Amino acid sequence: MSERSASRLHSRVAWRRGLRNAGSHTLLVASSVVVGLPFLWMITTALKGSKEVYIFPPIWVPKVLRWDNFVTAWESAPFARFYLNSGIIAVSGVVLEVLIAALTAYAFARIEFPAREALFMIILAAMMIPGQLALIPNYVTLKQLGWINTYQGIVIPHVSSVFGAFFLRQAFLGISAELFDAAKIDGAGHLRALLSVALPIARPVLATLTLYLFIAKWNAYLWPLIVTNTQNMRPLPIGLFMLRHAEYQIGPEHLMAASLFVLAPVLVVFFLAQKQLIDSIASGAIKG
Amino acid sequence: MFPERPSPWNRARALLQPPRLGRRRRREYLSFLAFVAPNFILLSVFTFWPLIYSFFLSFRKWNMIAPTKEFVGLSNYGKMIADSVYWQVSRNTLYLAGGAVFIKLVLALALALLLNQRLGGRAVYRAIIFSPTFTTSVAVAMVWSWIFDPFYGLLRVPLNLLGLASPRWLSDIRWTIPAIIIVTIWQGLGYDMVIFLAGLQSIPTDLYEAARVDGATGWRLFRNITFPLLSPTTFFLVITSTIGAMKAFDIVAVMTGGGPMNSSNVYVYYLYQNAFRWFKSGYASAMAVVLFLVILMITLVQVRLSRRWVHY
Repeated sequence: MSERSASRLHSRVAWRRGLRNAGSHTLLVASSVVVGLPFLWMITTALKGSKEVYIFPPIWVPKVLRWDNFVTAWESAPFARFYLNSGIIAVSGVVLEVLIAALTAYAFARIEFPAREALFMIILAAMMIPGQLALIPNYVTLKQLGWINTYQGIVIPHVSSVFGAFFLRQAFLGISAELFDAAKIDGAGHLRALLSVALPIARPVLATLTLYLFIAKWNAYLWPLIVTNTQNMRPLPIGLFMLRHAEYQIGPEHLMAASLFVLAPVLVVFFLAQKQLIDSIASGAIKG
Repeated sequence: MFPERPSPWNRARALLQPPRLGRRRRREYLSFLAFVAPNFILLSVFTFWPLIYSFFLSFRKWNMIAPTKEFVGLSNYGKMIADSVYWQVSRNTLYLAGGAVFIKLVLALALALLLNQRLGGRAVYRAIIFSPTFTTSVAVAMVWSWIFDPFYGLLRVPLNLLGLASPRWLSDIRWTIPAIIIVTIWQGLGYDMVIFLAGLQSIPTDLYEAARVDGATGWRLFRNITFPLLSPTTFFLVITSTIGAMKAFDIVAVMTGGGPMNSSNVYVYYLYQNAFRWFKSGYASAMAVVLFLVILMITLVQVRLSRRWVHY
């Protein structure tokens, strides 16, 4: 093959690849736009005037940005209280569940016990029981405990750990035994070994687990809906839902603004840690 | 003195007594128990006990307040068979599961194939398409309700461009489930795409090279290499998405409340209505038991098949 025809072939291959790439980019941009539009729509609607909302075809940039919609939305329901509730529920739930997961994972990875593997299967078997099955029984249990409409009633039934325990255990099993032996020689007990050897080394897994649990608990809807019965105990998703059925007249722009209150924290967490979260899902460490 | 006779009593005691544990070992065992106790207690009370209690309640009639739970045998299950709403709700759930899972997986696979190339900006596309995954369903359902508005909603724009009128998505009994399917796809697409992408990246590239040497291209590569080798991933996603769709609740609760005329009512929402709106805890428990058994069966089939069906 002469040098010229080779370079021509090369340029033709490059041209075809370029065309294919352009095609791929077009499709991916289109898909990203379609997926992203609901977010943009929510933001622009939240900033529209009450008449602009009812213009069709819709406008994307409001004439005047109505930031006061957020104030109106915030004042139309006790959102400060909802935020506080959501914060308390999510943070305490995450702390407890991570702690429980870490203790379980460490025990099953590092402490001797007869029939340890069989016991671990019992924990994994809990995955087979859908949460929907537990709604009525747990409600009855909570009633007996006097926990209806309390923070502990919302939080405690959902801090046992199966997935978290499983993946932290995998991480702990991957840590070389010498490190634990060294800690032991220094006189550390199991709790110290967990806190000063296992957890620091498993920090990436721990961080992903924490973020994931935070998002899951922040978004939870069905259980808090069942256990709460007064407005001052409601977390954000329930408060938002009730807002739609509020007596006072609220427009779509206020509903979108209120929805943003609820979504903002999880979107921020997601975009700050998106690579880590997506990678851990790709590697099978988290179930959606 | 008489030597102590090995009486049957002594022998039995020796057998029953566990071999004496060393002090160190006993401490290990105690630490283990202390470490796992919180999780085991919580799982027992809030996960395993509910399984037993649901079976128990499914044979009773109880309004969740009365002191007695009347035994009614299988009548709750009998009622389910005779309840036309129960069947409607089950059909709706299947419709939702079938529609959402199929379309979502096809789109997710297409996107994963697009992203599985050497392209600039891959991470950005991936992040955007994935971003709905972790969003709060209630907020998302609020936004979509407004998108579906037949007069001022965003979705009316492309429909009008195609010369179509917008259906009354959330008030026309024919369009409620499709609307829920659309939101379900939007929210779940990114997760499936990421799992497919991981599956694609685990296919050894030398297979493609060998096939290319044999002159295979494009579609044939996909049909003979990609798709068969991806089957474990596809299968996993079909199962998990189906189970997920069977548990649908949030979006239905917010967008339609199951209506109009139960046209968008789904299994878990109807269960919730029976339990916490009408206080028919026996009937709702029977529904929960059936849901549990169906999901259990699907899971067991998955475990069996994925053992046999994995192509490597």
